[in-house]
Amino acid sequence: MIWLLAALIFWAGATWAAVRLANGPAAATKAGRLAVAALFGAVILVLWEGIVRGLAVSPVILPPPSAIALRFAGALPTLWGDFVQTILKGALSGWAIGCTAAVLTAIAIDRSDFLKRGLLPVGNFMAALPIVGIAPILVMWFGFDWQSKAAVVVVMVFFPVLVNMVAGLAATDRMQRDLMATYSASYAQALWTLRLPAALPFLFNGLKIASTLALIGAIVAEFFGSPTRGMGFRISTEVGRLGLDMVWAEIWVAALAGSGFYGLLALVERRLTFWHPAQRARG
Amino acid sequence: MRHVIPVLVVVAALLTVWYAGAVWMNSAWTLDQAAREGRELTVIDIVNDTMMQERPKLPAPHQVGTELWKTVVGTRVSSKRSLVWHGWITLSATAVGFAIGTGAGMALAAGIVHSRAMDLSVMPWAVASQTIPILAIAPMVIVVLASVGVTGLLPKAVIAGWLSFFPVVVGMVKGLRAPDPIQMDQMKTWNASRAQVFWKLRLPASMPYLFASLKVSVAAALVGTIVGELPAGATSGLGARLLSGSYYGQTVQIWAALFAAAILAAALVAIVALIERIVLGRMGMAR
Repeated sequence: MIWLLAALIFWAGATWAAVRLANGPAAATKAGRLAVAALFGAVILVLWEGIVRGLAVSPVILPPPSAIALRFAGALPTLWGDFVQTILKGALSGWAIGCTAAVLTAIAIDRSDFLKRGLLPVGNFMAALPIVGIAPILVMWFGFDWQSKAAVVVVMVFFPVLVNMVAGLAATDRMQRDLMATYSASYAQALWTLRLPAALPFLFNGLKIASTLALIGAIVAEFFGSPTRGMGFRISTEVGRLGLDMVWAEIWVAALAGSGFYGLLALVERRLTFWHPAQRARG
Repeated sequence: MRHVIPVLVVVAALLTVWYAGAVWMNSAWTLDQAAREGRELTVIDIVNDTMMQERPKLPAPHQVGTELWKTVVGTRVSSKRSLVWHGWITLSATAVGFAIGTGAGMALAAGIVHSRAMDLSVMPWAVASQTIPILAIAPMVIVVLASVGVTGLLPKAVIAGWLSFFPVVVGMVKGLRAPDPIQMDQMKTWNASRAQVFWKLRLPASMPYLFASLKVSVAAALVGTIVGELPAGATSGLGARLLSGSYYGQTVQIWAALFAAAILAAALVAIVALIERIVLGRMGMAR
């Protein structure tokens, strides 16, 4: 009961502090905002720990964060192996292939209005479909190893990136294109100096959506068959053995990888599209 | 209408590629069989055979169509072989989860807009959580809920709700903040209470944003349900159909389940879009 009580007291104190911070002058500063968000995260962890310990919840149902952290630290080599197998080999290679293919396709169909009108509705339609479902088929075709996961990821990321890239290539206005024509720029020159840079904000939007999809695709595809390593494999086998602390450790890896990947993309985007109003406003 | 012909051409091209792929991928098996029996095959024989194998690597479109027709129309709805039955299982869990996720998301968004503390503490996590492959926890949720005695529709609905929750929160917060400062000032001039501002200005103004997120989240809810049906033990639903098909090498069954899922997703998004048109139309916001 001590645990539960302590957690509740911490909750009350943190809420009070958060409200004070949020309504005070500190909310205007970056550090103040970060502190409020961090407090919320801490409250979740403390409440979780307190409730699990205080009510003696079985670790088979919900392990406390401390046990997960211990497991995380203890199983680092396994987790790293799974990370390499699923994220680096499966998700990342598939993401790179799929996004490159989508960008090239977008540039190719951009020249033909007919193809654009035909492919865009189809692409939009495909982007909304539960494409993870093709995982069992691709696992059958490409075998159990990472190649099949990469294939799933390629198919999953292709359409969102394609749709965004086509929209991006159409983002230049008449005046800018006329200027290019005045300079008698060739198609390639106009593409390289005007339209590709103008498409970048749209492209990055697609790439960010694709980064999350890539992780999902790579992990879910492993539920349909994988070698004896990989995050999806580990999650499904440890769930079967009720080793939930290991499952949560894998989820932490997935969360870290997902937000790290996203953050990296946001960083590159800020570098490459520094001229865009959305980036300038942040200062 | 100017989209119809290009779309048809693209779909026809895709079907052609599919047929060519079926011939190419299935011919290995045909040739292998023929070589074992010492038969000589003409090109026409090969093509014919690749179109009607029992367990092709890539079923031809008409095989998938036939299977789809057989399991949707040709089977009693109550039968376990009927895709309508499996689709209904998936659809009901999706609908329940979508309702839970949307309701919770709208409530949280209302809280975020009205409380600065909630805004600063919850919003960054809600945005960050979208970068995390949440779907990975699906099998765990199923097993954990099963171990405390909750089985059937609810665990899948929880996953579906969880997935549809965050798009709604993010879109709804944007929408509730959409009114111009001028409009907010007008409300203030009329001495409107916070509740009145919410019901008469913020909520109506948020509708276009809400529907945009609903279209994303209904598709996400369906994906969540299907993945929730994957863990061993599930015997019903489109996800279970996919899994059993992959265990027994029933490629035609996998493709049929996949198309059923695609049709279901398209129908759900279309329904939301229809409601959007009606609601926004009656509110005078139709674009």
